[in-house]
Amino acid sequence: MAERGNRGVEVLGGLSLLSLAGALAAIFLYAPTERVMGIVQKIFYFHVPSAWLAYLAFFIVFVSSILYLAERARGFSISLLIRLFPPARASLRSWVKARPWDRLALSAAEIGVLFATLVLITGPLWARPVWGIWWTWDARLTTTLILWFIYVAYLVLRANIDDRERRARFSAVLGIIGFLDVPLVHFSVEWWRTTHPGPTVINPAGPSLPPEMLQTLMLSILAFTLLFFYMLLHRLRLERMRDEVEELKTALEVSGTA
Amino acid sequence: MIGFISKVFAILGKDLTAEIRSREILSGMFIFALLVILIFNFAFELQRGELASLAAGVLWVTFAFAGVLGLNRSFVLEKDRGSLEGLLLSPVDRGAIYLAKMLGNLIFILVTEAILVPLFAFVSNLALPLLPLLPVLLLGSLGFSAVGTVFAAMATSTRTREIMLPILLFPVVVPVVIAAVKATEVVFGGRDLSSVADWLRILIAFDVIFTVVSFLTFEYVISE
Repeated sequence: MAERGNRGVEVLGGLSLLSLAGALAAIFLYAPTERVMGIVQKIFYFHVPSAWLAYLAFFIVFVSSILYLAERARGFSISLLIRLFPPARASLRSWVKARPWDRLALSAAEIGVLFATLVLITGPLWARPVWGIWWTWDARLTTTLILWFIYVAYLVLRANIDDRERRARFSAVLGIIGFLDVPLVHFSVEWWRTTHPGPTVINPAGPSLPPEMLQTLMLSILAFTLLFFYMLLHRLRLERMRDEVEELKTALEVSGTA
Repeated sequence: MIGFISKVFAILGKDLTAEIRSREILSGMFIFALLVILIFNFAFELQRGELASLAAGVLWVTFAFAGVLGLNRSFVLEKDRGSLEGLLLSPVDRGAIYLAKMLGNLIFILVTEAILVPLFAFVSNLALPLLPLLPVLLLGSLGFSAVGTVFAAMATSTRTREIMLPILLFPVVVPVVIAAVKATEVVFGGRDLSSVADWLRILIAFDVIFTVVSFLTFEYVISE
């Protein structure tokens, strides 16, 4: 079974490698150099896909956090209804069933923080020559920075709880609250101030980019998205193996004391 | 429903009685808040110039810091004295425990503000527009304690305890801080509440969303 899973992951890896190479070629050979900003504008093809994936990742954290808590609640109430198992064992069973959602939330959060960090690095690299400053407290920059803080807090929280079941519960609650906060952060910061270039792709008047640039951006987004899922699957596999090791250790301890 | 409300008030009453007898949370928050304002006074020379715009920021930063202090204590006491287990064993809905703890924290923050704001206005010769200021203080503090109560319950069960709470809380309450500071600034500038309707709307949205979400998820944060 592991073999088959591996092959799927490797195919995805190959696809993302190919599309990344294609995107790189398109960025430097096909897309025209922007007249005013020059070569710096090319960073846009890395910046925008990273931002999209950070948001996608945090959305995955949100959904899997809800599913984790829902699965636990369901497992718990069903077993209470049957009253066949003592509550301790029942809650343990529902926790084991819900655990894949926790693994998904953790994996997505880690990769999301990685891409959010890339957004925060590529942004200033572009802003310095174009705006003349590294950083400004503009709406989108600030929103991304605050998001980064929320999901770094998510990882710090996980690192500070030893009990795995409690870690999953707490981080699921933060995963839900953190994502619901995103629109509120966005609106409050936007009314506070804004200078970021307006939307260039999804725009009521149609995309404001030249077609070559738009095609390159789309290819780059596709390549980054494939890479994202490739990384996510690998991260999930790693976490699953870690869980298996933990289970084997517990089993050994139990058989050792018996 | 009536049973639910009476349980909320029973737990809230317990917390308030404990606080009236020991006075350790409120006195700590209040002295700490005074010290923060004292430090701000040295950092910004609050007597001069653009006082109205600075005052709002100074006040809300002070409330946030003092609030974190109070929130941390609210669950540390429960945990260290073993009363949380008692609460969890009693036939009380987890939501009732949340509401009681949240209202308790809200009251502590509001009491601190009620002493601090007039005192601050008095010391810095600032006109105090009490009526328009009240809803801003109330909505801002409610949002703060709505998420703060859940995060405090979480932070108390982590290895680093007190350090964890501000790391969790501050990024999430950014909308509250921005909206409350902006609204307070306008009110201190002498204009009425209608000019800050957008900010009040953000505060109300935050309060409603996070009171409901915290109410629903609180059981996952305290069950052992």
